[in-house]
Amino acid sequence: MHKLLTDNPGQKMLLLGNEAIARGAIEAGVAIGSTYPGTPSSEISLALFQMSHESDLYFEYSTNEKVALEVAAGAANSGVRTICMMKHVGLNVAADPLMTLAYVGVTAGLVIIVADDPFMFSSQNEQDDRFYGKISGLPILEPSSVEEAKEMVSYAFDLSEQLMEPVILRTTTRINHSTGIVELKEIPPRVTKGSFTKDPMRCVTVPAVSRGLHVKLLENIKKAEEIASTSELNFVEGQGPWGIVCNGVSYNYVKDAVQDLGIEDKAKILRIGFSHPMPADLIKQFIKGCEKILVVEEGEPYMEEMVKVFDQEEKLNVPIRGKGDDLFSRLYEFNPAQVRQNLATYFDVPYTPPAQTDLADVPEIPQRPPNLCAGCSHRATFYAIKQAAEGMDTVYPTDIGCYTLGFLPPMAMGDFLICMGSSVSSSCGFSQATDQKVISFIGDSTFFHSGITGLVNAVFNNHNFTLVILDNGTTAMTGHQPNPGVDADLFNMSGNGRVSIEALVKAIGVEHVSVIKPYKLKKSIATIKEALDYKGVSVVISQEMCTLFAKGHKMLKPRAFYVSDKCKNHRKCIGTFTCPAFSIQGDFPVIDADTCVGCAVCAQICPENAILPLKK
Amino acid sequence: MDTKRLIIVAVGGQGNLLASKVLGEAALLSDMPVKMSEIHGMAQRGGVVESAVVFGDAQSTIISDGEADVLVGFEPSETLRALNKCNADTVVITNTAPLPPFTVGLGIGVYPEMDELKALIKAKTGRFISFNGIELAKEAGNVMSLNIVLLGALIQTGILNLSAESVKKALETTTKKAFLDTNLKAFELGFQAAENA
Repeated sequence: MHKLLTDNPGQKMLLLGNEAIARGAIEAGVAIGSTYPGTPSSEISLALFQMSHESDLYFEYSTNEKVALEVAAGAANSGVRTICMMKHVGLNVAADPLMTLAYVGVTAGLVIIVADDPFMFSSQNEQDDRFYGKISGLPILEPSSVEEAKEMVSYAFDLSEQLMEPVILRTTTRINHSTGIVELKEIPPRVTKGSFTKDPMRCVTVPAVSRGLHVKLLENIKKAEEIASTSELNFVEGQGPWGIVCNGVSYNYVKDAVQDLGIEDKAKILRIGFSHPMPADLIKQFIKGCEKILVVEEGEPYMEEMVKVFDQEEKLNVPIRGKGDDLFSRLYEFNPAQVRQNLATYFDVPYTPPAQTDLADVPEIPQRPPNLCAGCSHRATFYAIKQAAEGMDTVYPTDIGCYTLGFLPPMAMGDFLICMGSSVSSSCGFSQATDQKVISFIGDSTFFHSGITGLVNAVFNNHNFTLVILDNGTTAMTGHQPNPGVDADLFNMSGNGRVSIEALVKAIGVEHVSVIKPYKLKKSIATIKEALDYKGVSVVISQEMCTLFAKGHKMLKPRAFYVSDKCKNHRKCIGTFTCPAFSIQGDFPVIDADTCVGCAVCAQICPENAILPLKK
Repeated sequence: MDTKRLIIVAVGGQGNLLASKVLGEAALLSDMPVKMSEIHGMAQRGGVVESAVVFGDAQSTIISDGEADVLVGFEPSETLRALNKCNADTVVITNTAPLPPFTVGLGIGVYPEMDELKALIKAKTGRFISFNGIELAKEAGNVMSLNIVLLGALIQTGILNLSAESVKKALETTTKKAFLDTNLKAFELGFQAAENA
């Protein structure tokens, strides 16, 4: 049985934040879940996916976040408790349904989990999704710990049903990927079926209907604000003339700092866990009891600006600071020492930070950037394209997935990337505005997510570029999730449909479509050359199973290769292919037999044919 | 209770996350408050994986520069890279068998001299324990048990107030049955290595 289905109230369990959220969903009686995977949210959906195989929970990997939210909107308007999760930029993709779903509302709880990523550990930006509360009008909840994250899921569902609208639960990476001890609660029975009651004056958003729905939304915001002002999620701790307003993980750093600085009798803390709408009455009361206030929040000055507004409304004129060159940054994540220092600075508390170790004499340590795996088919594809495009003035728009790593040397194949699907559509612009050869890359899952519409655009508007679809049979980067193109049997999803990328691309009207097996280097190069010569939109589908996935599913029978004594140390293998199975030992390249998966591409590159399979 | 802060650094695939999980479970078994934090987005793509484990009543799950009580490094150049987390009192435990990043093979970087690396860490920290953990892991029966070898050494130092028994018990519940004997042996070998250090 999945550990998160353990029905033993009171038991304590060590859980990752994302596991705690998934357990929270189970304890809230969630019956339907949808997602598009994205770090740092991915383990929530992974746990729900696994649990759906052994319970009546329905869970699906949807094609993208917009689709996932619309799936959830339908389910939650049929009376079934539904959860929908994504990373912070995923909500941009789902913003369209979000904004109007806020008007329409739901008939059963709908909680949208959104995982922000301060410092961009694995993201293209660090946007602060709390502003989606303001722009949509929907409530935002923010936990400060793993334990609280679990409890907050149930709270969010109750709130959603009280207000009959979706609730956003916003985390940051340090909640998702922290681990803590949580106490299990009861698992209520799931209500897996409901029914949809026709209600066109609420559910069909023609202008005449929406004019009324916007009024309802504004009323709901007022109601939510009243709830926020008395919510247990917004609380004051301690007493004294100094005020600290904080949220999320910042609360932990503030708690530790207040103790470390010994200012427990001077500072009181207002922890905001229900952050949209901001609890006006509570905050106004708090300001009245303070001589000065520091707002501690990662990201944008979201709370700070509101606290200043409340101060102004009450004409209190209490000094309020937060972001600033001498205090907190809008960049990256915070850490305990930084919060301690800024509290000491702002409240003028004597504090000597611990001496930092002098590292001036430490030699430069070689960088260890992540790398495509040994035997990764993306590396083989990049290599083949590089050969096929030799001498061409190329532009390589790329996309989001493991293959983004192709931008690193020596491949250096990745010139432009802004968001999911941008490889295809930006290629239209590059090919129109330049005479350079545009070759773009997109993975199978990202193609389904948001590459298809760009390709339709390219055919319709008659653009000229080659799109390489890197089909490795899984959504690899986020932890090997399924997508519409995968072999469902490999994912314990027998009975699911399968969409053929090749048939889809042809149906769109792409006239030059070819399929390569990237481990067959010579043939691949020849096929790619033909695609590059084609004037118009050409598509190359590179098919090879993700090696990491194949290894995990015992689908590989690796036959390792070795560098024989025919090697003349050209180092073409290590210098141009950079497979991590290689290293230099005693000035010659060697292959680590445990790492090598036997793709044999290096053997096809070696000018001396010196790389040979190990005898069994 | 007294807060103890532990940083574990490793290369993706070395089993860092399992090591911190074992410690977390051992703390849970011992009724010791514990919080952990990890960065593992690219863990399986050969990058650096860092875990922070905070034992005791602190609320924070991450550890600021200079504030680790213990640093355990699975790879010597990564241990050196994490020196910014240490102070003059920090206890550092490292495996000395190098796993050079691919940038070295490309000639982009130079791997530090092992003697210099050791001398630097020793000079800047409170106590330094180093040994070839890969050899001990092999002796235990599986090179992949390096993580458990280092746990053995960590527990021997006594800094965490976690008993060897609680960690062994956690090994039983968190690691695969087939590897339990190997892991228990790895733990003992690491424990002894720290005793002799």
